[in-house]
Amino acid sequence: MIGSREMKLPKLTAQTEAALPVTVIRPASGWVTLGVREIWEFRELLFFFVWRDLKVRYRQTLLGASWAVIQPLSTMVIFSVFFGRLARVPSDGVPYPVFSFAGLVPWTFFATALTQASTSLVLHQNLVKKVYFPRLVIPIAVVLVGIVDFAIAFVVLIGMMAFYGLRPTWHVVWAPLLLVLAIITALGAGIWFAALNVRYRDVQYLAPFLAQMWFFMTPVAYPSSLLGEPWRTVYGLNPMVGVVEGFRWALLGTTTAPGPTVAMSVAAALALLVGAVYFFRRVESTFADTV
Amino acid sequence: MSALAIRIEGVGKEFPLSRVRDQYPTLRAALASGAQRLVGGGRRARAEGRFWALRDVSVDVHAGEVVAIIGNNGAGKSTLLKILSRITPPTTGRIEARGRLGSLLEVGTGFHAELTGRENVYLNGAILGMRKTEIDRKFDEIVAFSEVERFLDMPVKHYSSGMQVRLAFAVAAHLEPEILVVDEVLAVGDAAFQKKCLGKMQTVSREGRTVLFVSHNLGAVRALCDRGIVLQHGVVTVDAPVAKAVAAYLATLEDASAYDVAERTDRHGKGDVRLTRIEVTSDDDVPGTLTTGRPARFRFHVSDVLPGMSCAFDVFDPLGQQITYFNSSLSEIAGSAPGHAFVCDIDELLLVPGRYRIDAALSCNGELQDKLEGAVFVDVDHGLVRGWPVPTFTQYGSVVLPHRWTTPA
Repeated sequence: MIGSREMKLPKLTAQTEAALPVTVIRPASGWVTLGVREIWEFRELLFFFVWRDLKVRYRQTLLGASWAVIQPLSTMVIFSVFFGRLARVPSDGVPYPVFSFAGLVPWTFFATALTQASTSLVLHQNLVKKVYFPRLVIPIAVVLVGIVDFAIAFVVLIGMMAFYGLRPTWHVVWAPLLLVLAIITALGAGIWFAALNVRYRDVQYLAPFLAQMWFFMTPVAYPSSLLGEPWRTVYGLNPMVGVVEGFRWALLGTTTAPGPTVAMSVAAALALLVGAVYFFRRVESTFADTV
Repeated sequence: MSALAIRIEGVGKEFPLSRVRDQYPTLRAALASGAQRLVGGGRRARAEGRFWALRDVSVDVHAGEVVAIIGNNGAGKSTLLKILSRITPPTTGRIEARGRLGSLLEVGTGFHAELTGRENVYLNGAILGMRKTEIDRKFDEIVAFSEVERFLDMPVKHYSSGMQVRLAFAVAAHLEPEILVVDEVLAVGDAAFQKKCLGKMQTVSREGRTVLFVSHNLGAVRALCDRGIVLQHGVVTVDAPVAKAVAAYLATLEDASAYDVAERTDRHGKGDVRLTRIEVTSDDDVPGTLTTGRPARFRFHVSDVLPGMSCAFDVFDPLGQQITYFNSSLSEIAGSAPGHAFVCDIDELLLVPGRYRIDAALSCNGELQDKLEGAVFVDVDHGLVRGWPVPTFTQYGSVVLPHRWTTPA
């Protein structure tokens, strides 16, 4: 064994030196790249963070999984009573409970990602202060972990659709792409808040409040078809509008196709994400000093 | 001469003083000051105080060199290591490192209490920059090194702290970058395991890898390193072969103690109460000199009398290794009313002749108030222990235990 060890680690020679990677460490400058390649290099670490959070979460309790369902389900019940029954909010031709639940599933994914990402860097400060890796890995992992909860809630949604006798149309092929849109939106907002929260420690108190405001500005409890064009398309500037309405259309076959709204949301979500990553990268180097 | 592994050129690091005081900026404050500026005609709030933790540090390290970075607390060692590890950027200067750079600023970074030992090996390895295939390949070796095989599938929250450290160090020890940056991590674990870690470090350095090592354990520094760099107040003051550098460092501590304790500025702690004078006397009352086998008295004068105040001091041998530790809060006077001085009496000084360093500290209810490294240096003269002379300090140790030899037939 000892012999093979020596073979594995040859003394540095002129040839091997030429092949060695060179790291240059310089003062932080204003110019940054998005650093996508480095994230790719650290994809295994990203995987391990996701794996760790899932293990810890689902190991101890089965409740870990049930929370993913209880939260949107109980919200749906309350909405159905107050908005569906009492206020008689229209629901694009499908039963109100399934209408609101189809909106709550992507919304819950987004809101959880936003609030958890906002505190993620501060929670990982012992890592940030002791080891180098692209810091973006931390909020990205938080958002990806949420996909599992999303999947569980999604199964419940399928069950509800069966209960109400709703059969998905061929539009359902768009659902995975809409999930990608939801992830992009969650990443964009989450990364903004993660970086801001390192800068200004009171942002973590702001995030849940902002999530709540955002909720009322998103057609979860009501349909966006209440708006006429061109306002309905403009509404898509809130990328969660495209996500929620897109999901309903793809799964429930609501009659009010939200095409232009979704297109607007895709553009808004991409802008949000690129802006977030750029801002994050600009302040990233100071995290260890300020966290 | 082999090729350069690391070139550090004119590196400096500046911190705003607010960070030193541990304040967090808030969005509310930023908005308020922004509004103030709008109203007040665009004048900026007064410039924040700044402080240089490192200044113009330039060092070349050749491939295969094992270099120690030595210095007091606050001299800038950790800042330099953090810059080298890319955790924080320098304010000025430039560093070029040739080869994969691994750093180990803490043992067990990212360990998760709920995960098993096995899972933590993978997680910690990935955090330290290992690939999964690399961890797979070294897994058995890591586990064997850690000596915790039997508990591998148990969550680490059930491990003793010693076991956690073993496992964590085992992972770290199997990092194989060309350049390894290590901070103080050997100050953990029991003696036998520390020795094993030192052995592993020695193997690492013999394999031709470049190592930068920061430690307070001057014995370990001397054993492992070829070259020593002394940092003082953020500036490199000595860059020499390790024995010379350690000697120079010890001399700086000694120089500092030549000043009146009350006037020293290189102190740490909150400062509500301070050490004002330290007297070390033997029963013959020659200040600063003690005798082997005779009584010794340490008297620590303090600037104020605060409730819950306690005094502690460490004794280091001439090579800088700690020998023992005294703490009033662990003694019979713990909880009794404090006075203007702490006096520690030793009936029989069982140290071999030599020059010893004392680090002294004051705390109030567990909070550090004042700490001085190299608070005093004490010469111990030749004397008798139970009627027998003892040899002068050598590398074989500094403590005399009263004993008897016999030669039974």
